[in-house]
Amino acid sequence: MTARAATDDRPAKPAGPAPRPDGELALLRQAWRPPRGWRGLAEVNNNYVGLLYIGTAMLFFVLAGVLALLMRTQLAVPDNDLIGHDLYNQLFTMHGTVMMFLFAVPAVEAVAVLILPNMLGARDLPFPRLSAYAYWAYAVGGIVFFCSIFAGLAPQGGWFMYPPLTSTAYSPAINADLWLLGIGFIEISAIAGAVELAVGILRTRAPGMTLDRIPVFAWVMLVFCGMVVIAFPAVIVGTALLELERAFGLPFFIADKGGDPLLWQHLFWFFGHPEVYIIFLPAAGMVSMIVPAMAGRPLIGYRLVVMAVVATGFFSLGLWLHHMYTTGIPQLSLSFASASSMAVAVPTGVQVFAWIATIAAAVRLRPLRVPTLFLLGFFFVFVLGGLTGVMVAVVPFDMQVHDTYFIVAHLHYVLFGGMVFPLFAAFYYWTPLFSRRALSERAGRWAFWLMFIGFNVAFFPMHITGLVGMPRRVYTYADSYGWGALNMVSTLGAYVIAAGVLVFVVDLIRNFRPSADGNAGNVWHAGTLEWLPSGAHGPRSIPEVTGREPLWDQPGLVQEVEAGSHYLPGAHLGRRTTLITSAIDARPEYVLQLPGPGWTPLVAALGTAGFFLLLTAKMMVPSALCGALAVAMIVRWLWDADTGARWPHADAGRGRQLPLHCEGPASHSWWATAILVIVCASLFGALVFTYLFLWTTSPEAWPAPSELPGAAWPLASAALLLGSSALVAWAGRRLARERHGALRLGMPLAIALAGVAVALEVQGHWQTGLRPQDSAYAAAVYALAGFQGTLVIVLCAIGLFTVARSVAGRLGPAHRASLHVMRLLWHYTVAQGLAGLALVHVLARQLG
Amino acid sequence: MPYRVSIAVFAALPSSAAAGVQSVLDPKGLHADRVADMGWVMFAGAALIFIGVLAVLAVALYQPPGWRGRLGSRGFVVAAGIGLPIVVLSALLFYAFGTAAQLSRAGMPPAVRIEVSAEMWWWRVRYLDSEDGVLFETANDIRIPAGQPVEFVLKSDNVIHSFWVPNLAGKVDMVPGHVNRLRAQAHEPGRFRGQCAEYCGAQHAKMMFEVQAMAAADFQAWTAAQRLPAREPGDARLLAGKRYFMRACAQCHTIRGTAAAGVQGPDLTHVGSRSSLAAGVLDNNIGSLAGWIAGSQHIKPGNAMPSFNQLSGEGLRAIAQYMESLQ
Repeated sequence: MTARAATDDRPAKPAGPAPRPDGELALLRQAWRPPRGWRGLAEVNNNYVGLLYIGTAMLFFVLAGVLALLMRTQLAVPDNDLIGHDLYNQLFTMHGTVMMFLFAVPAVEAVAVLILPNMLGARDLPFPRLSAYAYWAYAVGGIVFFCSIFAGLAPQGGWFMYPPLTSTAYSPAINADLWLLGIGFIEISAIAGAVELAVGILRTRAPGMTLDRIPVFAWVMLVFCGMVVIAFPAVIVGTALLELERAFGLPFFIADKGGDPLLWQHLFWFFGHPEVYIIFLPAAGMVSMIVPAMAGRPLIGYRLVVMAVVATGFFSLGLWLHHMYTTGIPQLSLSFASASSMAVAVPTGVQVFAWIATIAAAVRLRPLRVPTLFLLGFFFVFVLGGLTGVMVAVVPFDMQVHDTYFIVAHLHYVLFGGMVFPLFAAFYYWTPLFSRRALSERAGRWAFWLMFIGFNVAFFPMHITGLVGMPRRVYTYADSYGWGALNMVSTLGAYVIAAGVLVFVVDLIRNFRPSADGNAGNVWHAGTLEWLPSGAHGPRSIPEVTGREPLWDQPGLVQEVEAGSHYLPGAHLGRRTTLITSAIDARPEYVLQLPGPGWTPLVAALGTAGFFLLLTAKMMVPSALCGALAVAMIVRWLWDADTGARWPHADAGRGRQLPLHCEGPASHSWWATAILVIVCASLFGALVFTYLFLWTTSPEAWPAPSELPGAAWPLASAALLLGSSALVAWAGRRLARERHGALRLGMPLAIALAGVAVALEVQGHWQTGLRPQDSAYAAAVYALAGFQGTLVIVLCAIGLFTVARSVAGRLGPAHRASLHVMRLLWHYTVAQGLAGLALVHVLARQLG
Repeated sequence: MPYRVSIAVFAALPSSAAAGVQSVLDPKGLHADRVADMGWVMFAGAALIFIGVLAVLAVALYQPPGWRGRLGSRGFVVAAGIGLPIVVLSALLFYAFGTAAQLSRAGMPPAVRIEVSAEMWWWRVRYLDSEDGVLFETANDIRIPAGQPVEFVLKSDNVIHSFWVPNLAGKVDMVPGHVNRLRAQAHEPGRFRGQCAEYCGAQHAKMMFEVQAMAAADFQAWTAAQRLPAREPGDARLLAGKRYFMRACAQCHTIRGTAAAGVQGPDLTHVGSRSSLAAGVLDNNIGSLAGWIAGSQHIKPGNAMPSFNQLSGEGLRAIAQYMESLQ
């Protein structure tokens, strides 16, 4: 335990709980009280948004489940003509899409939004409006997207949307656009949530919660955020390229023009495989929290589990080829993919055996309670899914079972077993935190046994159905294949699962009484911080912790926290606040003032959803208006941030004075921007991959060096980019000395330079006669320039925003967060521009 | 205990589906043999591991503290979570790579090369000579010599499909802009079903074909017959059918030896000799021929062939009879 020794400021035991000032608690409650009635929609607190978020995700779980029941009914008997091919193809596309994008990822993000701050001892996440925005964007966009099926406009290209089937030639209607724009936009919401959660985990932990005391669920969510930030951009780029092909004819995936349908598969599965772990790891993290609580014993092998989680995150980024064994890629790549697919089983094995070891060491596991039942069901189902997973990692075997019902069985064992069972365990386990009553043990047992038996009856036979030859995604089959009995059994099982879910919903209606204040409390005698007595404000005071299970390790902690003798016992100036601590050793650094309820996130989300959905319907003017509304709302909410503190320090409790404000790389906003830069770099990386991949598959489409624009074009562009960066750096230095002139003059000039740099790059190619529709090469080149141009437009907005703050007196040496954010993004964009120029102009000359 | 009932159900299931008309578990060829063997090894191994994990879990849950104490340690996590998987997976990896290498070894040159192009939603089949010249074209009906290696050259110029005959070999995708190859070898004469395995749009479910392995002499006779042009109508009825055909169908279909040279639909030169119609949807007989011509959009909605329901009953009968005569 060397890390423990590193935290030198052990809590000095307060000499008897010092009496807190009168009215402090009342003021704290007042500051965090949610608005009443319909104004409640403006609340941004994580307890409130988190519950709505989970509720919405569960709504999509039920809706997508109903779609599955319709499919199972169609397949129950051979040659069934209940549902035609058109609806059936929409059903399976929507089932997969909704389960993956509108249920699984949002559900785990929602659980994190709800419980992470409590688990970390924080009062809220660091950007409450961002989580509210991410939630509303997801809820509105998701519901409109789902409703497309009632109009027969739902996408029907499969949740994987492979072109050319989804290209204009074979899917001319709006259905595919709805998928591309709708899902692209929901992924942006998922990324926003990940930025928020990552900063929350890194910077809002309770003092003393060093890296080796972070609850496993928080570790897992940190890895989750890293995977979202790296993997989601690949599919965002994929959907953008496909939409560019559909709308404007840029031939990224059209073989005749040098494009390649396999490019989509690489981009999609580079996202799609990590996606599986993005869903599974948080669920595993929940298991790692629930098992110790139910066993009454800390997790055995905590460090091994954390290492396993991090290793899974790394491995998962190198596995995407195993979805492409049958596409004809070379044997060597297949062998590599096969080996790494098997290797990922090791960290998963570590977690499973750590849970079993903890169960073996239990002091109070029996009688088995409902969360434990769901966990045991999870073990059974998930281990079986993991074993078939190893089978399909074997290339020759996968060539047989790929795209058959064997895979349908395998993926449901992994995802339903690995995610849905732990999620239900989590519902039964954590409900007492958010409800006046716990859920019913009796109903929970019924729900579990129905779901567990139904699941195995529905999905185990599918292994056999696949082995005896039934392919996936067929809307009917002939009797002569002999698949009828197996399918009938699966259908019966599906209805039994549905009955189990129904029992759960009834239990929820009867017993779930949401209440942040006056919840049922620590009914399991668990050891982690979320089980401190709490209200909408989180704990009464933010505890100083000395172990992984503070409620077990620190006797008297609950009383001390309740007495307000730890950090931030009040609401400074009646505002909502939380404590920012350092990322590694969690020392208190400053007090962050949090925003209260406000309408901007909701309106901004409506604007964003309107922008994308109206764009799908090609209603350009209303779409642009919605976009402008969204931008205006986001500007509105950022305008009030970082206005400088009237008081430089606040009493943070425990005799500590802490600043109310922080600058540069130590601030939470800088960390969020740094994560955003990683997102941009991932997007750029996916575009670079696109360029290089298409080059290797269609070298004939690439120009000879003599056909490239003259060297003067990229050189001038590079010079302008560097000039704009220099201007920004200069303006920042002058501002530090309270000179605003450089900023007000320099920024518009820097914007102009960056804009002209992009224009030169485009014009350089244009004057050679190259048009984006000509070939895959042209499309890739203009896509790179287009992405650069998009970032410059964003910089333009942020730059003007910074100038406006300078003019309005909201920017000064003591509050320069907007300048720091802009500067980081600016230098990144310039670096990316230079890399892009080198790729297109230098590499093609070197190799061409 | 409902649990025991479900186990009994699972145990009974395989037998119900053992007919195996399109089954990985009923291998009839070199490649399918190896994968089936490998499958059984892995099923047995997985079952052992699964039972082992459940047994350990049961010990952890229900045994007295002594036993449980040994499990509740970090050492157990390392041994069972890291040590065991590395040993098992390394062994599996060697076994898998060995099998994959055997399967991909070229061996003898193929006796027959067959180009299969996936259409929406049927299979264009061309037999190739050694210089890639086309010997003849047929559709949805592939015949191969038993006991000899065959190479399939797999293409698509529309969307992605996947060529799969489970009893003979694993599947390989047909991707526009790419040419993939698949080797197969049937042990004995027999008929095997194949089906498209990559979702390819509206009628993905109805995109089947048949592979028939024949004795060498039969195969030679069949290819010789297929290379011949269509036989001339022998009587007035068939002649009338041919006239109707030329008017209604020749734009899209080829019948070698006649003026019909359309390439959009299947080559019908010897359509009467095929076992099925509409890519494995209907048995091939005169009734289903007429039914398909008149109601193709009803039988397989969205396919490229319009329903010719404006034909007179007499015309329809004549065309169907002419088709049937094209043996």
